[in-house]
Amino acid sequence: MTINPDLQGRSYPAAEVYDVGREKIREFARAVKATHPAHFDVDAAQGLGHRDLVAPPTFAIIIAQRADAQLIEDPEAGIDFSRVVHADQRFTHHRPIFAGDRLVAELHVDGVRAMGGGAMITTRAEIFALTDGDGREPVSTSKSSILVRGEGQ
Amino acid sequence: MSPTFEELSVGQDIGSRSINVTRQDLVKYAGASGDFNPIHWNEAFATGVELPGVIAHGMFTMGAAVQLVSDWAGDPAAVVVYQTRFTKPVLVADTTGTGAAGAVIEVSGAIGALDAEARTARVDLAVVFDGQKVLVKAQALVKVA
Repeated sequence: MTINPDLQGRSYPAAEVYDVGREKIREFARAVKATHPAHFDVDAAQGLGHRDLVAPPTFAIIIAQRADAQLIEDPEAGIDFSRVVHADQRFTHHRPIFAGDRLVAELHVDGVRAMGGGAMITTRAEIFALTDGDGREPVSTSKSSILVRGEGQ
Repeated sequence: MSPTFEELSVGQDIGSRSINVTRQDLVKYAGASGDFNPIHWNEAFATGVELPGVIAHGMFTMGAAVQLVSDWAGDPAAVVVYQTRFTKPVLVADTTGTGAAGAVIEVSGAIGALDAEARTARVDLAVVFDGQKVLVKAQALVKVA
């Protein structure tokens, strides 16, 4: 298995729209053992000045990993998902994610470098909310590095 | 009560907590996140790809660790940047049906830096499993009133 070095610089355009639902925010919040009421109770979120439930700080990974899947499942990429390990992650939130958001992600492959028999791949998902009138507003930037382990790694 | 910028100082402790993790928690996280990589729920698969056993999603650990910061800040939306490196896996033992934790992650946080102009605090998290740091350079930048 070899990682295609030509992946660097490749982009995958925004594909499907991700509709952020209240129950999904609650489910994700429970799954990361969050208890802050702004994730569960609309009145509590609005009491903090938010328009609806607030997603936990790592919720954007759902949308980012959907975007990453385009790369991982790309037969030209040569990535064996079972040998993928997450190496680092950075979220920059331009604004919080709220229930009711309609999100899209553009994926950019920022780096590919060989490491032993494997490779380290750095991707950046730029996540936008669709706005009225066909516009879009930057919401989050998610940068991930994944290590595709070679044999014996 | 949310902290105010003026009462913060570098080095200040924001608290700590222990997170008990079971295999069921990993299944829940898989479902909630959409990350169904079997290394996070199937022992035979995990050992078959040369891992020591079922390991937690790095994103589970990262996501659970930041709750200390959300609660301290008083508003999860105050976390504007959050990053980490994943250096060691969290091995989760199969304790199904016993009620015992399969792993315990210890999280503590302290103010690492303050920016008076932006009114932000950088919280540095120490996230430890089995005596070893599993997240390195785990930092959250928090907007403070």
